[in-house]
Amino acid sequence: MSGNYIPSHYLPVISILAFSVLVGLGALIAGLLVRPRRPYEQKLAPYESGNLPVGEPRYRFSVKFYIVAMLFVVFDVEAVFLYPWAVAYDRLGLFGFVEMMIFIVILLVGYVYAWKKGALTWE
Amino acid sequence: MVPLSWYIVLSAVLFSIGVFGFLVRRNLIMIFLSMELMLNSVNISFVAFSHYLQSMTGQVMVFFVITVAAAEAAIGLAILIVFYKNNPTLNSDEINLLKG
Amino acid sequence: MFETINMKILLPELILICTGLAVILLDLVLRKKETVAFIGVAGALLSAYYNFSLMSLGWSGAVFQNMFVLDGYSSFFKLIFYISLIITIFISLNYIKTERVSSGEYYSLLLFSASGMMIMAGAADFMVLYLGIELMSLSLYILAGIMRERRTSNEAAIKYFFLGAFSSAFLLFGISLTYGLTGTTSIIEVAEALNRLGPAGRNITLIAVIFFVTAFGFKVALVPFHMWAPDVYEGAPTSVTAFMSTGPKAAAFAVMGRVLFYAFGALQLQWSAIIEPLSIVTIAVGSILALSQTNIKRMLAYSAIAHAGYASIGFLPGTQEAFAAMINYLMIYIIVNLGAFAVVVIMRREGIMGEELSDYSGLAKKNPLVAFLMLIFMFSLTGIPPLAGFIGKFYIFMGAVEAGYTKLVIAAVIFSAVSAFFYLRVVVYMYMKEAAEPSVLIVPHSVKLVLAFTSIMAILLGIFPSVLLDFARASLLG
Repeated sequence: MSGNYIPSHYLPVISILAFSVLVGLGALIAGLLVRPRRPYEQKLAPYESGNLPVGEPRYRFSVKFYIVAMLFVVFDVEAVFLYPWAVAYDRLGLFGFVEMMIFIVILLVGYVYAWKKGALTWE
Repeated sequence: MVPLSWYIVLSAVLFSIGVFGFLVRRNLIMIFLSMELMLNSVNISFVAFSHYLQSMTGQVMVFFVITVAAAEAAIGLAILIVFYKNNPTLNSDEINLLKG
Repeated sequence: MFETINMKILLPELILICTGLAVILLDLVLRKKETVAFIGVAGALLSAYYNFSLMSLGWSGAVFQNMFVLDGYSSFFKLIFYISLIITIFISLNYIKTERVSSGEYYSLLLFSASGMMIMAGAADFMVLYLGIELMSLSLYILAGIMRERRTSNEAAIKYFFLGAFSSAFLLFGISLTYGLTGTTSIIEVAEALNRLGPAGRNITLIAVIFFVTAFGFKVALVPFHMWAPDVYEGAPTSVTAFMSTGPKAAAFAVMGRVLFYAFGALQLQWSAIIEPLSIVTIAVGSILALSQTNIKRMLAYSAIAHAGYASIGFLPGTQEAFAAMINYLMIYIIVNLGAFAVVVIMRREGIMGEELSDYSGLAKKNPLVAFLMLIFMFSLTGIPPLAGFIGKFYIFMGAVEAGYTKLVIAAVIFSAVSAFFYLRVVVYMYMKEAAEPSVLIVPHSVKLVLAFTSIMAILLGIFPSVLLDFARASLLG
């Protein structure tokens, strides 16, 4: 890693990003200019697989989703520690392995607790 | 070459936006997001310093901040859900049982 | 590249964390839920035993590339945390049964929070310091809201969570600025870098110091960062309030001392100038607002704010002697405060909240001993000689006067007299008013033990003041 790092490697990425944005916008604008505009009621209704819409679109999610999402967030982000460990594994050796096992066991305890408390059952 | 000060200014501006949002927003979720913004603005400055100082400490710190922020988010949302079950509002002006 | 880690130094923390994990797992299998509380106490005692036997063997030192230390400084604070943790567990035994709180979660969170505090006290690097603070705070957020059905508890958790996280962000910003200016997060290396920087560089670092003081101000509830404390103390379960107003407060002072003295020692004059107005305003606001409270938990919250103000006077002279007086004060305060909260906890009975001052009327007739002990605690919190609270304040004030803060000390003494009004109001209720309704007050054995310990300490430390102070001095040297 050098101190005067210039992000020139990203130039192709930036150009393709700009190109794709232009193409997308261009297609939309072209459609807007060309297409005829004859609105009526059925056409303006929200599309729901060809059927008439049933119920409110702002559907209330069950709280179970939040619990699962919360557990996911925690366990997912803790995996961030596994990457540096995996990269430097050969240099850390046994010490790093033991440390990581302790870390995983602690996570496991949390997992077992969540499981036994029924946070993972979908009832 | 982007000078260091740009990153620091960016980070300071984002941090200030976060503080501002935290203080003026009335919806608890928005307050929550402002807080996350504050944490992540600090992450920007850590990474920038780390790059310019050629030291890895800042990046390690960012790892820890990210994971702690995730734990914080989980706990904060859990508290919000429990709160919402008992009184269905997310307006911070209505959290007023305790005062005096 | 990696030094052989001297795991022995980490043993006290490891034992406490493992106890916490064991408690959470055993809660799933054990039929008799109270058992986990005793496992928690056993773990805390074992951890304390290892900590102090390591210290007496001269095993103090650092691990993880000097990120975590075991020294006299951290050991003194750990003693505070152990006392706070064990007493809290004892007073919780019956209380959480009355409140129907799940015991496995409750005790394991207490243990995790205490280990967070220990990590804070032993942190020699901002990274470890931050993680310790978060471990402590995240556990406390849940503990504050652990009575899920009660709206006040929910509200306390929300307020505590948001302001706690807000202050953590400030702390992080301070850490990041310090890191940028000095190129390190190690507390000792920051001090060395500041000596190299010269006056101009040091003045920029002052911005970082302001962020640190703000963050710690939130954690110890200094005015103007105190507004969360009364609400949270009132809404949280009483046993958790007892814990929050002692251990975490002392832990925040521990990191504040570590950061200000050891890392920013070169800026001592500047940060003293910042803390001086904060401390006197804190004492004033805490003492005056406590006067109008009718809820005893809220009153004790304002009292805790005022006491944080008194303790922070110990920072001002910037000498080791004054700092020793401060940690001496903290130790006395937490013991007396835990005693007072033990009484508040037993006032909560099936069907009676017992949080209003009027609930204390006629207590002297109902249970003379408990009333007398509460009187001792209130007198000690006021600072009436010869009780421990007086000694604590006396040494703090003496150190400040010697350093030339005479006006500040005069103001602090005046507010100390003001505080007598609200502490003694409890005594007036207990001794001079008739009970509204005849209800029995049963004191569980565990709370008896706590009351005996705290009241004896409140008297003994007042009669033999030098014992604790000498211990505090010796801890700062070793």
